[in-house]
Amino acid sequence: MRFRHVSKVMLLAGCLALAACNGTGDTFLLPAGPIAAAQRLELFKILGWTLIAILPVFVLVPIFLWRYRYRNGKARYTPDWDRSSVLEILMWGVPLVIVTILSVQLYRTTHALDPFKPIESDNPPLRVQVVGLDWKWLFIYPDLGIATVNELAFPAQTSVALDLTTDTVMQSFLISALAGQIYAMPGMRTRLHILADAPGEFEGENTQFNGTGFPDQRFNAIAMTPEAFDTWVAQVRSDGQALTSDSYAVVAEASTGVQAQQRMGGEDQPEGVLHFSSVEDDLFGTILHRYTRGTAVPPSAQPGATGYDPQAATGGQSQ
Amino acid sequence: MTDAIFGRLGLSSLALWRAFENPDLSELIAAGAAMAVIVGGLVTVVLLTWFRLWGPLWRNWLTSVDHKRIGIMYCALALIMLARGVIEGALMRTQQAFGLHGGFLSPDHFSELFSTHGTIMIFFVAMPFIAGVINYVMPLQIGARDMAFPVMNQISLGLTATGAALVMISLVLGKFSTGGWANYPPYTGADFQPGPGPDYWIWSIVLAGIGTTLSGINFAVTIYKERAPGMHFLRMPIFCWTVICTSIIMIFALPPLTVAALMLAADRYLEFHFFTNDLGGNMMNYVNLFWLFGHPEVYLLVIPAYGMFSEVISTFSGKRIYGYMSMVYATMSIAVLSFCVWLHHFFTMGQSANINAAFGIASMAIAVPTGIKVYNWMATIFRGRVRMTVPMIYATGFFYLFVIGGLTGVMLANPVISYQVHNTLFLVAHFHNVIIPGVLFGLLAGYHYWFPKAFGFRLHEGWGRAAALLWIVGFSFTFLPLYWLGLQGMPRRSASFSDPSFQPMLWLALFGAALIVSALTCLAIQLWVSIRNRAQLAAPLGDPWNGRALEWSIPSPPPAYNFAMVPQVMARDDFAEAKADGRAYAEPEAYEDIEMPNNTAIGMIVCVFGTLLGLALVFWIWWLAVLSLAVMLLALIGRTFRLNVTHVIPAAQIAAEHRAWLAKVKAAPAVDRLEETHARNLGRAVLERPIGSEAAQ
Amino acid sequence: MSTSNIHPGLNLGARHGEAHVGAETIVFGFWIFLMSDLVIFGLVFASYLTVANPMGMAGGPGPAEAFDLRSIFAQTMILLTSSLTFGFSTLAMRHERGRAAIAGWLGVTLLLGLGFLTLELRDFAHMIDVGAVPQRSGFWSAFWGLVPLHGFHVAVGCLWIMVMLVQMALMGLVPVVKTRLLRLGLFWHFLDLIWVAIFSIVYLGGLMP
Repeated sequence: MRFRHVSKVMLLAGCLALAACNGTGDTFLLPAGPIAAAQRLELFKILGWTLIAILPVFVLVPIFLWRYRYRNGKARYTPDWDRSSVLEILMWGVPLVIVTILSVQLYRTTHALDPFKPIESDNPPLRVQVVGLDWKWLFIYPDLGIATVNELAFPAQTSVALDLTTDTVMQSFLISALAGQIYAMPGMRTRLHILADAPGEFEGENTQFNGTGFPDQRFNAIAMTPEAFDTWVAQVRSDGQALTSDSYAVVAEASTGVQAQQRMGGEDQPEGVLHFSSVEDDLFGTILHRYTRGTAVPPSAQPGATGYDPQAATGGQSQ
Repeated sequence: MTDAIFGRLGLSSLALWRAFENPDLSELIAAGAAMAVIVGGLVTVVLLTWFRLWGPLWRNWLTSVDHKRIGIMYCALALIMLARGVIEGALMRTQQAFGLHGGFLSPDHFSELFSTHGTIMIFFVAMPFIAGVINYVMPLQIGARDMAFPVMNQISLGLTATGAALVMISLVLGKFSTGGWANYPPYTGADFQPGPGPDYWIWSIVLAGIGTTLSGINFAVTIYKERAPGMHFLRMPIFCWTVICTSIIMIFALPPLTVAALMLAADRYLEFHFFTNDLGGNMMNYVNLFWLFGHPEVYLLVIPAYGMFSEVISTFSGKRIYGYMSMVYATMSIAVLSFCVWLHHFFTMGQSANINAAFGIASMAIAVPTGIKVYNWMATIFRGRVRMTVPMIYATGFFYLFVIGGLTGVMLANPVISYQVHNTLFLVAHFHNVIIPGVLFGLLAGYHYWFPKAFGFRLHEGWGRAAALLWIVGFSFTFLPLYWLGLQGMPRRSASFSDPSFQPMLWLALFGAALIVSALTCLAIQLWVSIRNRAQLAAPLGDPWNGRALEWSIPSPPPAYNFAMVPQVMARDDFAEAKADGRAYAEPEAYEDIEMPNNTAIGMIVCVFGTLLGLALVFWIWWLAVLSLAVMLLALIGRTFRLNVTHVIPAAQIAAEHRAWLAKVKAAPAVDRLEETHARNLGRAVLERPIGSEAAQ
Repeated sequence: MSTSNIHPGLNLGARHGEAHVGAETIVFGFWIFLMSDLVIFGLVFASYLTVANPMGMAGGPGPAEAFDLRSIFAQTMILLTSSLTFGFSTLAMRHERGRAAIAGWLGVTLLLGLGFLTLELRDFAHMIDVGAVPQRSGFWSAFWGLVPLHGFHVAVGCLWIMVMLVQMALMGLVPVVKTRLLRLGLFWHFLDLIWVAIFSIVYLGGLMP
């Protein structure tokens, strides 16, 4: 019981520290969804339990060093004392018990918060396909037939099922305020589920270094009310351009969101964001399978590679 | 035609030329670094020539097979590379402190910096430093005359130096990889990085890695086969136990790195498809292979540091190490568990929750034996008589900071937390938090502890204290703020950032980096001052700290043959027991001839032609590659045709040297521990505890 | 028994005096080196197994198109026999049958080793003909990373035998030469062991339906 108390105090202290800092909504310490909240709780629990093993070190080391300093002739000196059964049992036992408790905890939460596991919610889930490109993220809404770059909008209190891959090197997708990260890898599909409790804007990012534009590979994850989301969808449909294999080949070229915007001519969108009113059929599947079709994909057809040529890439796709 | 001669080496490979063509701040810094390498090299050559030191350098050092001299050369290499690594770290801290929407370094230059910084700190600072101290200390502690394979030992050093040389040359010619110290493909594959950068990484790592594997074999065989009579396994100092564990890791964990790097080389040079995106390549294999090496590697580094802390804490507390058997079990468990946890470096790769949970629990389990060790050290201090010398200051810093690293380690071992803080500055803070207070502080404690053994004089205490305090405070300011930034979601390896709220913490970190640079400066000054004042600091009699293990029972510096007579070991902490029993400093009844290995140039041949081979491969100069490989091979085979590879030191000479030393010991004042750091301490200690002190209490 | 065998496996025996005692450390060290080498092979095998599937073959040729089991069988027989002949050479050394006997058996081993390499190279040429090249797929990359690595070890072993033949002629059966022959023996038998794994996993495993 006492230990639970410790973790609660830690939690409180942590929240206070956070409140004093900032509230931009880009960290799981200020969670905006159930997964991030559970992750934060886990963090504080580990902190509390581990402190049991660590506090004695903090307290006793200075006491020992002071009391048994060389000049203190009064302290006991036992140069040949080198074992004690009671101490041995405590030293092995306490950490063992703590680690066992934490292991049970770890097993349960790892399963409960598995990114592949859908999040239960009252509303039907929204599917989004995510393609990591060099220095920007492409979001395809297969059921809505629209796509965006660097803007992930979705209704709050709705589970969003993300399918991820990349069309270049490995990347790692993170919206810290909502859920943990997952790698996106070429020719492979990973999955992540997120859910936002309430409307809000959260920062999303790539955390796996992938070249010079890496620090700019950020996007806005926007949780909206259902009405606002519908409006947003309508707006994307009206003001966006079509995402075909040709335009995809240009978007995919190594460039930050801002550079892609300049190239594609979407200056009326927010900075670094592109909207696509329609998406070529199963573009995600095409990207996912282009590396596993059994034919070589030369660098000229690999977005992000040195010597990538959008023209050659589309030529390669239509073969 | 020029391609055939120079490969892809061209004018634009020169950092100086690039700065001339495009003189922005980033290129100018790169050119400055290149100049520093060139000028540093030239100054060294000029000084060596001026003082006519080439001959002694060649005879006494470069061709020596003496484990002590090889150990010192390893440490010297590590300290030089440490300077570069720290400067790079400070440069990165500066860039990030000014990195709101930009900074002064180009993103490419920044990514080169974090790649070389990581590669250097792990492979060319921590590993050579560890190998150096092991080389120096371990044979002395087990009562051996040398390593089991002295010539192979020299070759290991040569290969390590080759790797370091390649990384240094990359400052002048071409550019190093930008793929981080782990160099993950496909980013480092030929499609995405066609330049020479990743090749520099591959060949420096492969060559140094082979050297390390050979070192591991050497250390293991030395401990298994060369212990003095009576030195049972359970009488060995804890440091030697940690060496066993580390050498086992070297033998089994370096091969995965070699395999991964060579497969990447096959991809890059021969268009293989091990890790490419297309045609059935699978980058996940690389990630697994790399961390199958990478995780044991961190224990390879930290376990000997644990051993050094064990020696230091026990000696400066004037006590036996508490819980010897627990220590042995704990060290061995850590070594074994270190092979079972590699997946925690990529919980986020999409494997099932069961796999993640299994590896998470295994990772957390390491906290148990590690905790035992910390408690055992505390119990060693308990009821001791503690002297706060420089090594103990490092040990105190270690106690505090390392457990924080352990705490965040337990957090990162949990997949649920890892999902959030993986790849962020939290991770950067964590591994620096275990490697600096754990490994580096251990090494620096060991450096201060064994320096008088190696050179016959102590290091200056005042500068040492300043350096130790600056390291501890500097570390805390530099890395503790990074935990916070990581929790805020700032990714590692960012040249710039856009969230202004990161700025205050990054400024704090920059302040810390400045303290660390000052700490390094203090260490340099300390070395200089100590050499200048070596007469006052002299402790040639060999036992300045009232030491406990065999290395303190011989003169400082020890003779080439280490022990005039192979010691007969009677107990754990044998020298402490011998001093208590009056066995110490006894003259043997008879002296014997000692056969020692001859000097050889083979290590230098391997080093020079290994470096040429690496360069040739990096720049596709095939003729040079074939030539240098052939020279190395012929030299190695040629050496096996020589039969006359040892010389004999006559018993009379040994007797004369040993008796002269014993006479000096007898004549010298025995000092108590209050005078430990005073000029009177020539290396003979007062026996501080009455026999049976336990009962006397 | 315990005094005559000081390290696992091949021993010279107490009669060989200095060479026998000296072998303790150095042969033990070589065992450790072999363990390390074994880890390398283990990892390359593991990498091979992860791509020995249609995904890894990426539409390229599979084992059925490229492997010639008759040639593999011949190579296996040759290599196993070479281990036997090396064993005779070691026995000749242990029982002091003279340099000629040792060198003779070593020579036979060398010929068998070279024969193995010839057949293997012929196989490789055939694979290149049918397009089973490492540039074709992850599977063939792993194959060419594994089997030629073994072949390279055999080549090193052959070179080593040649060096030892010269050293025996020049230096006689001095202790270092004897311990080198002991280690060479371990190396050669180790290669056999690896080949058994290659034969079973790569060739038989690859051709199993």
